[in-house]
Amino acid sequence: MTPRNYQVLRGTIVECESLLSLEELSRLCAAEAARIIELVEEGILPAAGGAAGEWRFGGSALRRARTALRLQRDLEINLAGVALALDLLEEIGELRRRLHGTNA
Amino acid sequence: MEFKDYYKIMGVARDAKEAGIKQAYRRLARKYHPDVSKEKDAEARFKELGEAYEVLKNPEKRAAYDQLGSGHRPGETFRPPPDWDAGFEFSGGAGGGSEGAAYSEFFETLFGRRGRGGAAQGAFDAGRGEDHHAKVLLDLEASLTGGTRSIGLRVPEVDAEGRLIIKERTLNVQIPQGILAGQTIRLAGQGTRLHNGAAGDLYVEVEFQPHRLYRLDGRDLILELPVAPWEAALGATVQTPTPGGPIDLKIPPGSKAGTKLRVKGRGVPAAPPGDLYVVLQIALPAATDAKARAAYQALAAAAPFDPRARLGV
Repeated sequence: MTPRNYQVLRGTIVECESLLSLEELSRLCAAEAARIIELVEEGILPAAGGAAGEWRFGGSALRRARTALRLQRDLEINLAGVALALDLLEEIGELRRRLHGTNA
Repeated sequence: MEFKDYYKIMGVARDAKEAGIKQAYRRLARKYHPDVSKEKDAEARFKELGEAYEVLKNPEKRAAYDQLGSGHRPGETFRPPPDWDAGFEFSGGAGGGSEGAAYSEFFETLFGRRGRGGAAQGAFDAGRGEDHHAKVLLDLEASLTGGTRSIGLRVPEVDAEGRLIIKERTLNVQIPQGILAGQTIRLAGQGTRLHNGAAGDLYVEVEFQPHRLYRLDGRDLILELPVAPWEAALGATVQTPTPGGPIDLKIPPGSKAGTKLRVKGRGVPAAPPGDLYVVLQIALPAATDAKARAAYQALAAAAPFDPRARLGV
């Protein structure tokens, strides 16, 4: 690599920028808003605010939503199953972290 | 190009019924799904599985694949006969592959990109290129002190002939200080660039490798600090590493193994910063020379002590 095209990219932490709207979250998940609404209704994603148009998502919503959609699609499990799997995965991750200090 | 034995990958017989194939797929998908599995090569296995299922669940593709005969061994160099797929009409359809899933060269040669489902998923905004997503495993220092890291990415791209190729791409990224495991870095304009110049973004989800000193718990760090028995018993001030540099830590008298001391604000420098928890470990000096042995004996005589008092023996 020549120094001339050595370029350092600066990024921002999505979770720290601002809370995501329903529209932004569905764009980031490449999913229709209706799919995200299903996740909220199943209690998979916590949404603050009243009507769907005013929902704001923060924290781990992006990662949770993307994982939920992948599980739903790849393993053909229903939303209740996805919710259970996500909770158990989170718990296993937490236990692993305590054991090894990482997710690995 | 390597021949792929889709039946072997799915662990089914060549005459397996559709139901059996579906069952095998579900069982293996649960085992190797990258979100669930801790198998080392889960991602590669899952892709291979998705590809095998894509072919075997579809009667047309399966029949075409079976035409190739069973004389090939997996991994062996393979060239399809020139008119191998004559007479087969592929209906394509939505695939079950993982996002960004690129099928093998073997698959693409046989079925082309027609068989690839979901490629255009996410292109809701026609005026902008697609967003890309990736995961990266960083050293914890990248978050603790910030700094630039080289990130290697494998990006599926479409070449001039319309074939899907995997491009290796290295980006030098300034890691935002204080980023936590599971958070995502947005790199604006690093997604697919359309001809009109409007590019999507690249989203990189961050995880950390195990660290030599610290365990990570959200934004808090946990450090196991060895202390001498007399430091724990009598109290002491000891040098303790923290991400921001060593500090003098006061060990209160009467501390035990497992005593947890909180050093406020010395965890991951996020906003707000996490705390550093120092967990004491009692390290024993070896009783190898006569002097040390005598000291242990003197302690045993001076301080009657039953470490097993609570075990009821």
